[in-house]
Amino acid sequence: MIRVILPAHLRTLGRTGSEVTLEVKTLTIGGVLDAIEERYPTLQGAIRDHVTLQRRPFVRYFACEQDLSHESLDFPLPEPVVSGAEPFLIVGAIAGGRF
Amino acid sequence: MSKVRVLVGTRKGAFVLTSDGKREKWDVSGPHFAGWEIYHLKGSPADPDRLYASQSSGWFGQQIQRSKDGGATWEPVGNKFVYDGVPGTHQWYDGTPHPWEFKRVWHLEPSLSDPDKVYAGVEDAALFESTDSGQNWQELSGLRGHGTGPHWAPGAGGMCLHTIVIDPSNPQRMYIAISAAGAFRTDDAGKSWRPINHGLHSQHIPDPDAEVGHCVHRIAMHRSRPGTLFMQKHWDVMRSDNAGDSWQEVSGNLPTDFGFVIDVHAHEPETIYVVPIKSDSEHFPIGGKLSVYRSRSGGNEWEALTKGLPQKDCYVNVLRDAMAVDSLDKCGVYFGTTGGQVYASADSGDNWAPIVHDLPAVLSVEVQTLA
Repeated sequence: MIRVILPAHLRTLGRTGSEVTLEVKTLTIGGVLDAIEERYPTLQGAIRDHVTLQRRPFVRYFACEQDLSHESLDFPLPEPVVSGAEPFLIVGAIAGGRF
Repeated sequence: MSKVRVLVGTRKGAFVLTSDGKREKWDVSGPHFAGWEIYHLKGSPADPDRLYASQSSGWFGQQIQRSKDGGATWEPVGNKFVYDGVPGTHQWYDGTPHPWEFKRVWHLEPSLSDPDKVYAGVEDAALFESTDSGQNWQELSGLRGHGTGPHWAPGAGGMCLHTIVIDPSNPQRMYIAISAAGAFRTDDAGKSWRPINHGLHSQHIPDPDAEVGHCVHRIAMHRSRPGTLFMQKHWDVMRSDNAGDSWQEVSGNLPTDFGFVIDVHAHEPETIYVVPIKSDSEHFPIGGKLSVYRSRSGGNEWEALTKGLPQKDCYVNVLRDAMAVDSLDKCGVYFGTTGGQVYASADSGDNWAPIVHDLPAVLSVEVQTLA
C-alpha cells in the first residue's frame, strides 16, 4: 500500500483523511496519480491537467526528501515509498501571497 | 415574509448573507471554500436553492461547486473545460498570436427556466454550457469560431468572458461580453454569434470604431425590455435600444465615465446605476469619495448617491460582477468593494449601509429575492 499526503485544500476538496492509503497498480508517479484520481474523482484536474496530464505549475511531488516534481510519469517510486515506510507527498508550492 | 439572500464571491472564499425583507439585520455564513478565489456564484431563477459557484486557485486550478439547499451544503461537480476542436490563437498583449489556454471561470449564468442548465464564461474567452447541473461542460464554439476570434486580445485582467445576459422573452437570444473583444449576440441559442459593437468608440485600439477590440466591462438589461441594453465600457457608459445593433453614449454628467459595474432597477427599466472610478490607471473613486450614480432617465442625467457611503479616504474599487439588485417592493441595491465591504440600500440607492465591512476583496455580488 502506498501512503500519500495531500495538501490541505485537496483534502477538503476530495473529502479525504489526513493521509491516504492506496493500492497502486503501477509503482510509478503516474500510477500514484491515477490511483488518487480514481479513488477521489473530484481531484481530477486539481493536481494535473485533465487532458495533457501535465503537473500544475504550483504543485510539487516529494518523497524521501527528494523533489520528484520534474520526473516523468513513469518514474519508479522510491523503495521506501513502495514499502510504505515513507509517504509520497503532494505539496502546494510556496508561491503566491499576492492577496 | 420575503427574504433576501446575497451571494458574495471574494478572493478568499464565498459568503452568504441573508436577511428578511426589511434588510436591516443580516446573518453572515462563510467563508465557504476558505482560501480559494470565488470569482462568481449565482442561483437558478427556476430553483432558487440551486446555486453554482466558480472556485479557483493558482495552485489547484478550477472547480465548480453546486448547492441544492441554498448554500448550506455544497458538492464539487465537473471541472473539465476543454475547447472544442483545435483551439487556435488569439492576439497576445504584444499583438502576436497566442494559443487559447483555459485559465478559470469568471461567470456562471444559470438558465432562466431549467435549473440543470448553466452557462460558464471563461478565460481565455469562451462560452461553455452544461445541461446536467454542472457535471459536464461543452463549449459553444460558434462564438470563438465566428471569425473575429484571432483578433481578440486580453485586457489587463486577462481575456475573459465575464458577462452573460439571457433574453427572458426569447430563449434563443443571448448576449455575452469579453474583455477586450466587445459584445456579441446569438439568436439561435449559441450556435452562431456576431459582434454587436457598432457605436462603441475606444481610443486604445488602432481603429477606435473597429468591429471588435473594445473593452466592455459589463452589460445589464431589465427583464421587461430585453431589447434595451446598458453597458459600462472601459471608458463610456452606453445604451442600445435595438438589441445591441447600435449603441449611443449616455455618460452625460458623470464625473468620470470609467467604471466596471452597471445595473438596472428591478421595477424601473430606465433607472440605472454605475459606480464611477477615477481612471484605468487609478482604480478608485475620485477624491476618495465612494459614490453610486443613478440615472432615472436611462442615462445622460445622473445624480450622486452618497448617504451612508464613505466620503473621505476611500480608495477601493468595485469590480464588474460586484453589483446586483433585489426585486422587493422598494428595490434593494447591493455592491461589494475590493476593500471587503458589501453595501446595501433598501430604498433604491437613497441610503446605504454596510452589511459587512471586513471581508476579503469582493469579486462578485448576486442577490436572490426569496418568497
